[in-house]
Amino acid sequence: MDKKVTMSAAAEIRKLTITAMAAAGYGHIGGSMSICDTLAVLYTDILNIDPTDCSKRDRDWFVLSKGHCGPALYAALSYRGYFDKELLKTLNSNGTNLPSHCDRLKTAGVDLSTGSLGQGLSLAVGAAMGNRLQRIDSTVFVMVGDGELQEGQNWEAIQFIAHWQLDNIVLLVDYNRRQLDGFTEDICKPFDLREKFTAFGLDAAEVGGHDVSEIYDALLAAKSSKKPSVVILNTEKGHGCYFSETKEFNHYMVISAEMAASAIKDIDARLRDEISA
Amino acid sequence: MKFLLDNPKIDEHEMRAVYCDALISAARENSRIVAVDADVQYSMGTKRFYDVFPERGINCGIMEAHGVGMCAGMSATGLIPFFHAFGTFATRRVFDQIFISCAYQKLNVKIIGGDAGVTATANGGTHMPFEDMALMRAVPGATVIEPADTAMYETAVKLMADTYGVFYMRSSRRKVTRIYSDSAKFTIGKANLLEEGCDVAIVACGIMVLEALRAREMLLEKGISAAVLDMHTIKPLDEEAIVKAAQNCGAVVTAENHNAIGGLGSAVSEVLSEKYPVPLERVAVFESFGEVGTQDYLQERFHLTARDIAEKAEKCIRRKNENSRH
Repeated sequence: MDKKVTMSAAAEIRKLTITAMAAAGYGHIGGSMSICDTLAVLYTDILNIDPTDCSKRDRDWFVLSKGHCGPALYAALSYRGYFDKELLKTLNSNGTNLPSHCDRLKTAGVDLSTGSLGQGLSLAVGAAMGNRLQRIDSTVFVMVGDGELQEGQNWEAIQFIAHWQLDNIVLLVDYNRRQLDGFTEDICKPFDLREKFTAFGLDAAEVGGHDVSEIYDALLAAKSSKKPSVVILNTEKGHGCYFSETKEFNHYMVISAEMAASAIKDIDARLRDEISA
Repeated sequence: MKFLLDNPKIDEHEMRAVYCDALISAARENSRIVAVDADVQYSMGTKRFYDVFPERGINCGIMEAHGVGMCAGMSATGLIPFFHAFGTFATRRVFDQIFISCAYQKLNVKIIGGDAGVTATANGGTHMPFEDMALMRAVPGATVIEPADTAMYETAVKLMADTYGVFYMRSSRRKVTRIYSDSAKFTIGKANLLEEGCDVAIVACGIMVLEALRAREMLLEKGISAAVLDMHTIKPLDEEAIVKAAQNCGAVVTAENHNAIGGLGSAVSEVLSEKYPVPLERVAVFESFGEVGTQDYLQERFHLTARDIAEKAEKCIRRKNENSRH
């Protein structure tokens, strides 16, 4: 990977996400910002995909189980060339192809529909099992939120992954420690996530979720591993966007054009500083 | 064509055994068919599928939510999963998984629910689905089927495999009375008119088709002529057959091994209210949970017998006659 290119991709995905949300006037900004760096690594360096052929049989899959962060995925998809970036401004408008929760029937590049939390991991397991049964060489990446892991169906799926020793699926956890109503620690604490995954029989790695090099190394290792793998991404909800990272309740925010414009300037300035550092 | 056997009798084969034969035969023709079971290989009779196709059977254990979600994901890769669980766990427990993971994203999953209604017998209230058809009827695009006996299985399984979309099939797992002849034909979405009649039409599904035929005999002794329709496909409903029966008879009785809310009776009422209103009576389970007992006992207990159908038929005819006097 070229670190600068991937960091620029992450900045671009953040800016596109904020622009789209400002066009709608609101959005799930917190959880969208926390996954932008991982999306940049996936769509720049990791996924074997072809934006001109969304249903390519041996493509890698990406399932965003925390489907309310669809806008960040749409930004990544348009950045990767699946559709025109202008389309992002139709987010949630009447009759749009970009609804707030991911819809595989509406958006090019969305592999499976999500939004009812807790269901995406089983869908991803199904895709991985389907590929395995048909001897298709591909990896399914699936991202769940840490709050979403409160849904019991995830743990059914995790036990299944371990039992079947599924090595063609990589579970990513956006561990931003917050959910809609506040901190996961206060609402229903996750305890030691890594220990839990290990106890369930998965190889668990833990990385800084905003460091593209760390993310890249972990995803590559998980992709090539012959064991079921999970990568826990330590993230900050709202990260990289000044008005969301400073706000305690940033799950969903009203976003004006002015807020977006100054956030975009700030993201550009930060990128320049980080690259020159 | 001769639809019915002259002498209906208990089938020598269990429903689940015939279903599994049908699934194996469909899977021989179509390599994309896979079986998924939530720890019910033996109960649902699918074990032989796993013996014949070891790589195409997945017993996911007691995790219906994950099982249904996984089926949706598998179908997105081109496979055709048949998911097996008891009717309660195949629908009520996983309603959102069927709704969002399967139907909302227009995937291709076949849900097979065993132990329809009172056929759950000794498993009792926790295992007795009276609301599964109501739930599945409300899923946009879903097809809902309940065969009366083993005769329909081959057609049903083949059609499910060949027709893209979410299907739900409920039935007994055990031996039932065989009413159809070997030459009987089935088309999904087309009711079978088993007996002609002019005073009242009985529209039934599943085990209630046999009861409807018996009720017809009882009514005949009183000089009443009842038509009998096997409405094996509850959705999409054969509206044409229902309207025609209402036109011919002027009175309709529905009979189902299911809650009166949302099942066959509701579906037929909706059609008749909109297209051809005539007096209608429903034989169904009213505002009750299931309980343990033999099937005979439970049919008596929940008023799902031929006698109940005949009584409702007579009541319906009285209403028709009263209406005509006004």
